[in-house]
Amino acid sequence: MLKTLSYDVVVIGGGPGGLAAAIAARERGAERVCIIERAEELGGILQQCIHNGFGLEVLGTDLPGPAYAQHFITRVYQAGVQTLLDTMVLEVTPQRVLYATNARDGILEIEAGAVVFSMGCRERTRGALAIPGTRPAGVYTAGTAQRLVNIEGYMPGRRFVILGSGDIGMIMARRLTLEGAQVERVLEIVPYLSGLKRNYVQCLQDFGIPLQLSHTVREIKGNKRVEAVVAVAVDERWQPIPGSEEVIPCDTLLLSVGLIPENELSRRLGIAMDPVTGGPIVDEGMGTSLSGFFAAGNVVHVYDLVDWVTMAGEVAGRSAAAYALGMAPASVYRLRVVAGDNVRYVVPHLFHPESLAQGPQQLQLRVREPIEEKVQVILEADGVEIWRKTERYVRPGEMVTVKLMPDLYDRLKPASTLTVSVRKPR
Amino acid sequence: MTDKASLICITCPMGCRLDVTVEGDKVVSVEGQACKRGLAYAQDEITDPRRVVTTTVRVVNGRHPLLPVYTERPFPKHQIFPLLQELRRVTVMAPVRAGQVILANALGTGINVLASRDMPLREEPCVS
Repeated sequence: MLKTLSYDVVVIGGGPGGLAAAIAARERGAERVCIIERAEELGGILQQCIHNGFGLEVLGTDLPGPAYAQHFITRVYQAGVQTLLDTMVLEVTPQRVLYATNARDGILEIEAGAVVFSMGCRERTRGALAIPGTRPAGVYTAGTAQRLVNIEGYMPGRRFVILGSGDIGMIMARRLTLEGAQVERVLEIVPYLSGLKRNYVQCLQDFGIPLQLSHTVREIKGNKRVEAVVAVAVDERWQPIPGSEEVIPCDTLLLSVGLIPENELSRRLGIAMDPVTGGPIVDEGMGTSLSGFFAAGNVVHVYDLVDWVTMAGEVAGRSAAAYALGMAPASVYRLRVVAGDNVRYVVPHLFHPESLAQGPQQLQLRVREPIEEKVQVILEADGVEIWRKTERYVRPGEMVTVKLMPDLYDRLKPASTLTVSVRKPR
Repeated sequence: MTDKASLICITCPMGCRLDVTVEGDKVVSVEGQACKRGLAYAQDEITDPRRVVTTTVRVVNGRHPLLPVYTERPFPKHQIFPLLQELRRVTVMAPVRAGQVILANALGTGINVLASRDMPLREEPCVS
């Protein structure tokens, strides 16, 4: 017999976004809240991020990933949130019936008053880059290597080259060095660092690991096992510069070349997606295009700080609880938020000016190009400037946030678009 | 004699560039910090550089074979590798609670190494 369950709010994914959403949903008054997690424990990817640097924004203290997760896991259980671990969601219907499976119950049918998607993201792989060469063992994504080293207790190699200067790549360069491996090089195809500057200092510079910008892997060599990679300099259009090839002997290549929001469930539901972020189109309450479905964290867009994921989870959890309890504001009027000059994307994509009555709201954006001098972040409502602020610099690897204050309501109410641009001062 | 040093503050993700003027081993001025933590970081980085060290130790009978641990305060940079050597000799028994002291007064620094998370006992695989 099919086992059936019913909850006010069901959260899919027990990482930082899902944990925060579940706690917030309980606090907002939802009685029956459940997290469905496919791993055997809560915490998500934080459990393998054993380095510190988590929690400065939300908890006011600097914690390792598992300690940050522990804080929220403890709160989830204190709040009376139920959990289904080792459980995989197979399908979700637009009427908010979920089908999930685990070894204990077989197939579960779960009715939800509201659903929060917090499935996170996964890594871009070698296949996505199409690196030529042989197909030997010894090519890993940085996150897979991180799990092997930090949770399973295996070293995936001895002599590494890392492609990509994202935070995970740099953090793994340090981690592998601490465990006695030799990290020969970090290669980055763009002419600037992808991750945070602090990680360049404490992960690469501290250990003398060379970083080469505007470089990539041209070829992987090796028969059974990686024996070397061929590094090459690239021009501004990412084309290899002939004659710049260099053979770097190594036994392992790690790829830290980007993260992709994991949206199989949301896509199958026909939820509107943003091709730039790879995540659903959301409003300021993290509501998606399908009524009763909310999304939070890296499933929406890839964040650089877990603290921001927690905050997004709280917003989604509150909205989901309000929806499930029939207390969601019936706001009809909304603006389209548009990425203007030097802005790659802005989240949320849609904005209800009425939400400003609840307090300040937030826009999160990423720039296209780094500007290492003072720049202006400018908001325009239907082409008319309504607000600006100065940032000391902008970098594609570092999300920019804009706090929309309630006093902007009168300027936003009559408009149909809100454009965000980042420009050098004239 | 004064020297100039350019540092990047690692206290928070902002990563401020600090232009530091040094006289001997004394910091005489710091520019570029967005908050006062940058001052303290520059002073420490010139005279006594430290880092929070995170690694793993072996755990017996735990859900996972490794327990993540961290130094409760930043640890002297030049002693990071000796500390890791010391921690390779440590094995703990599950269950472990987050915050539990795994290595007290590491290398005589007065800094404890703590468990980053709870590590419950391994559950027997369920047979049905």
